[in-house]
Amino acid sequence: MESIKDKVAVVGMGCTKFGENWDQSFDDLVIDAVYEAYEDAGIEPKDVQGVWIGSYWSDLPAPSQPLATTLKLDYKPITRLENMCATASDTFRNAAYAVASGVCDIALAIGAEKLKDSGYSGLPTDDIAMGLVSTAPNTFRSRNFTAPGHFAMMATSYFNKYGLTPEEGRTMLAKIMVKNHHNGTLSPKAHFRREITVEQVLKAPMIAWPLGLLDCCGVSDGAAAAILVRKDMAKDFRADPVYIKALQIAVGPSEGYMNPKHDWTMVKETHRAGQAAYAEAGVTNPRKEISMAEVHDCFSITEAIIYEDLQFSQRGRCREDIDAGTFELTGELPVNMDGGLKCFGHPIGASGLRMIYELYKQIQGKAGPRQVENPGLGLAHNLGGTPGGATIAVSIVGP
Amino acid sequence: MVGITSYGVYIPYYRLNRAEIGQYWGGFQVPGEKAVANFDEDTVTMGVEACRECLKGIPEEEIDALYFSSTTFPYAEKQSSALVAAALDLHRNARTTDISGTLRSGSDAVQLAIDAVAGSSGRNVLVCASDLRLGLPNGSKELEFGDGAGALLIGDSDLIATIDGVYTVNNEIFDVYRRADERFVRSWEDRFVRERGYMKVVPETVTAAMSEFKLEPSDVTRVVMQAPNPVYLKGAAKAAGFDAKAQAVDPLWGMTGNMGSAHPLVLMAAALEGSNPGDRLLWVTYGDGCDVMALTVTDRIAEIREKQAVTRMIGSKALTTYQKYLRWRNLIATEPPMRPREEPASAVALNRDRKCGLALYGSRCDRCGSIQYPVQRICMDCGAKDDFTYYPFADKQGKIVTFSHDNLAVSPDPPTTLAAVDFEEGGRIMMDITDRDPSEIAVGLPLEMTFRKFRNTEGIQVYWWKSRPVR
Repeated sequence: MESIKDKVAVVGMGCTKFGENWDQSFDDLVIDAVYEAYEDAGIEPKDVQGVWIGSYWSDLPAPSQPLATTLKLDYKPITRLENMCATASDTFRNAAYAVASGVCDIALAIGAEKLKDSGYSGLPTDDIAMGLVSTAPNTFRSRNFTAPGHFAMMATSYFNKYGLTPEEGRTMLAKIMVKNHHNGTLSPKAHFRREITVEQVLKAPMIAWPLGLLDCCGVSDGAAAAILVRKDMAKDFRADPVYIKALQIAVGPSEGYMNPKHDWTMVKETHRAGQAAYAEAGVTNPRKEISMAEVHDCFSITEAIIYEDLQFSQRGRCREDIDAGTFELTGELPVNMDGGLKCFGHPIGASGLRMIYELYKQIQGKAGPRQVENPGLGLAHNLGGTPGGATIAVSIVGP
Repeated sequence: MVGITSYGVYIPYYRLNRAEIGQYWGGFQVPGEKAVANFDEDTVTMGVEACRECLKGIPEEEIDALYFSSTTFPYAEKQSSALVAAALDLHRNARTTDISGTLRSGSDAVQLAIDAVAGSSGRNVLVCASDLRLGLPNGSKELEFGDGAGALLIGDSDLIATIDGVYTVNNEIFDVYRRADERFVRSWEDRFVRERGYMKVVPETVTAAMSEFKLEPSDVTRVVMQAPNPVYLKGAAKAAGFDAKAQAVDPLWGMTGNMGSAHPLVLMAAALEGSNPGDRLLWVTYGDGCDVMALTVTDRIAEIREKQAVTRMIGSKALTTYQKYLRWRNLIATEPPMRPREEPASAVALNRDRKCGLALYGSRCDRCGSIQYPVQRICMDCGAKDDFTYYPFADKQGKIVTFSHDNLAVSPDPPTTLAAVDFEEGGRIMMDITDRDPSEIAVGLPLEMTFRKFRNTEGIQVYWWKSRPVR
């Protein structure tokens, strides 16, 4: 089996401002992200040879035809793709595979989501986890499983296993949110751009015990896009292309929901996707060799457990690293330099490419006030599904 | 000889202080508590619970028929007993019958069961009565009514009480009534209801029945008399020649209220639990007539009553509030949450998956023994394909692995408590925890299964299972 390492380069990317973009339609978001990517890569629409677009809810059932209309693509192959909240990472992976196979020299990957047209402050279906907490899809199932409810169960279990009182555990998690909010103030494209305090996190209204409002990411609109080319062509487009080192997806068989061996203090899919990505990229000591990461902080506890699953922290000991400032912008291994889902919100089908956009800009030294020093390998971790049954994409890119 | 071989009752966990209702409306402060079904309960779910209690230790396949009675079936056209039979996992040839229309429907069902057993059309007939009646807010019936269910197994061997005689009269009268298209029970003026209804018909029928049975009041150890309140009971018992204080069974007015057609079955179970071998019981049920039955308690009562099933159900409780009661019964309009429409249930999928859903069957791998829910055609542990035996979870206890209290989930009783539940013999299910005090929920807490209502879309009421702290 071959590796994707150093076969494909990213030569252009675009990302809209994330937020409650009342004046922008799904099409507007896509056009803005894609044209920024065209311009960044210095290509014309006619140069694109294949397109993968990811969206979880918007323009269902099939945005591939509307996309050709929106972008006036000239009878090019377009595939619409959905892989839960890891959708955009998977469009990136599929486009990269097409380029690596040699059947497509210039590919376009798009992730976009328009959530705020729904009229709901949350996600626009009644149950994101149907099929996971039921006998089968649309049969006997509870409606009462929300995303915060699911992720909160990880916090309960983590606190219980490692002997943290609710106050200790919630304070540990609050520090992660404070960090991400600080980074968000340095991100012009972020939805939320204000500092918060640990006290504010702890005192916020309770959403799903033990997670409060500020432990949760927001609901936003947004889109991001990437232009991928063969490695040997990359320098024809720009002097500072970014190279793909690893693209891994691990989809778990919902063991958290069915198997007593699973204790809800880890997401096995993250661990496995991370291991596979490190092997593919030739990384043996992630803590030392990964220089920055964008991870799926949909909830505070998610980011805490990601530190351990990706082997940045030792099992049960992420608290020590959080207290030491390891993951802050100026720390040993900066995480969520742009503010993460916490500050960008989570337009489901767009987030994965937004993460890669940040790594791309960081590697090119274009991240402005949040620029990491001497960036090497950057890791993007994108979580789909829920802790009991997840789809995890881990992508590693580098100069 | 035909009689009762087992009993079970279900009293909802929640109780409402009548004084709170009086306080809310600025009316009379009536004493006692009424039993209040949770928002996820109805006549069917309570019936299932009473039957499960009644059938503990008895193989489901030995049940030949289920007669289910109520005045508040969820469907006018669609059999509740068939649904209960599916939840109980009775065999497909068990005769299911719904009996309705009167508060006597529970004892009607017992009489039909006696005839079935005596006529040899079935050896074990499960009789259940369950009711969830509504009185209009700020009315006497709201104060009077309580929710609950009772079940009796009628058979001809291993009896805990023999049924020695049955006497019945029918009586056309508008005393307490409700049209099929109305929600709230009506009644005529108090004096008529009392003097021409209950107080006339009950003593007359009891007296006639005693004569038929060749019994004197002094021959009867305890009289088990359904009555809407203690005043009616005292008056009727006295008129029929009994010492109400010494002989009448507590009508549970202060603990549950009048449980409609379920009331006589619950009272009979309570009476049996307090009885000794050889006791003579007289069982009186009123509603559009009157049924009287004479019973004799057998030696076998000693082993059954040790379970104290009725005492346990009555004693296991928490107070709810009138505000919650109004919300649970849709008696007030509240602003709906700004959330997406609930996905309509599929009758096809529900039918296909009924064994797994209604009877809570998972699978046990025949190759490696791993227990899984829902049924997994490919074993999650060893990968064996289509090599499993159906495995029942409903009678198993579990423990909380982890949980959360979710304020975002749509619920008439927020927060929604959800948990990963690990079972005693293996297997894990993600479940709601109902009938719980959030402050008492902790990792490791033992849970038991309970049949509940879930979504109700386009005329389809979906039922499934939740967990609850062991009662």
